[in-house]
Amino acid sequence: MVELLVGVFLLFMIIGALIALETTDLLSAVISMGAVGAALSICFLLVGAPDIAITQMVVEVLSLVILIRATIRRDLTTIEGDRDFFGLMATLAMICGLLIFGFSAFLRLPPFGSPAMSQSFQAPARQYLNCGLKETGAANIVAAVILDYRGYDTLGEATVLFTSILGALAILRVYSRKKKQ
Amino acid sequence: MNERQPGMSLVVQTVTRWLKGFIFLYGVYVILYGHLSPGGGFAGGVIVASTFILLTLSFGRERALGKLGKLMASELDSFGALLFLLIAVLGTAIGGTFFLNFIEKNWPTGNFHLFSAGIIPLCNIAIGIKVAASLFMIFIILAVIRVQEVRGKRKLITTEKRRKER
Repeated sequence: MVELLVGVFLLFMIIGALIALETTDLLSAVISMGAVGAALSICFLLVGAPDIAITQMVVEVLSLVILIRATIRRDLTTIEGDRDFFGLMATLAMICGLLIFGFSAFLRLPPFGSPAMSQSFQAPARQYLNCGLKETGAANIVAAVILDYRGYDTLGEATVLFTSILGALAILRVYSRKKKQ
Repeated sequence: MNERQPGMSLVVQTVTRWLKGFIFLYGVYVILYGHLSPGGGFAGGVIVASTFILLTLSFGRERALGKLGKLMASELDSFGALLFLLIAVLGTAIGGTFFLNFIEKNWPTGNFHLFSAGIIPLCNIAIGIKVAASLFMIFIILAVIRVQEVRGKRKLITTEKRRKER
């Protein structure tokens, strides 16, 4: 079931990426890239990585806002005339569905003080807390997790920081460009 | 801003002169004791970088760049990242696992010591160097470069050149 759903979303992502490549309108391309990102987030959720899904969603929303802000000055598309009835009804139905989903999800939250992870006995967090000091020798359990158990994650974060500095330097550098002229 | 004397007023400059060493030392403490107390490489690196940002704000750019130049900051940034990667790869070379904690972890004297947690303090130091240098670099890049109208065109320009044109 999960494989089938992931396959459907992968197909959706391929179609969205092709539309983004082929369309001539910049705003449509940006919005189709946003649809691809949202489908990728749902895929992460389906295969059991909720934290990556949240990160992907946040980055996708942020980059969509930035890209729309960047492209909207270039070619502004405005819709003239009245809003059609079907679009309005579809939007309202979508909002109602989201509302019902959010409310039922809120009712199913575990009670305050008993996290969902504590209900399973093989949860990694339990092992970190019980054997963290013995296995790593670090009294600060946060340092033990981010630098020993999850060191690969931290390496990725350091790489993100490094790459962002590289990008900022490459964009804002004026010296060598002046020399060439 | 005053043209002849870069930076802020005498009060700010005096307080900065007294406090900069302590702030730097606190950042180094947070980095070195990251495996024992709250903190670590990221937080301590930000505190160390804030020392240089404070120097830039209160004394002007030349003073801060004299302490830590742009090339030096860029090299420290790369050095920290490479050191972190080297520690990770050494785990593979020695024990066969990426990010293996290959140094003796539990000394007989107990756990709450500065040299206790294997590679974790070394990783904290590498990340601290990297974060401090790269945050200072971001600040310098954003502070030095301005957008200015040159003959009706908007251009990126450094403050040195703008001063020369005046």
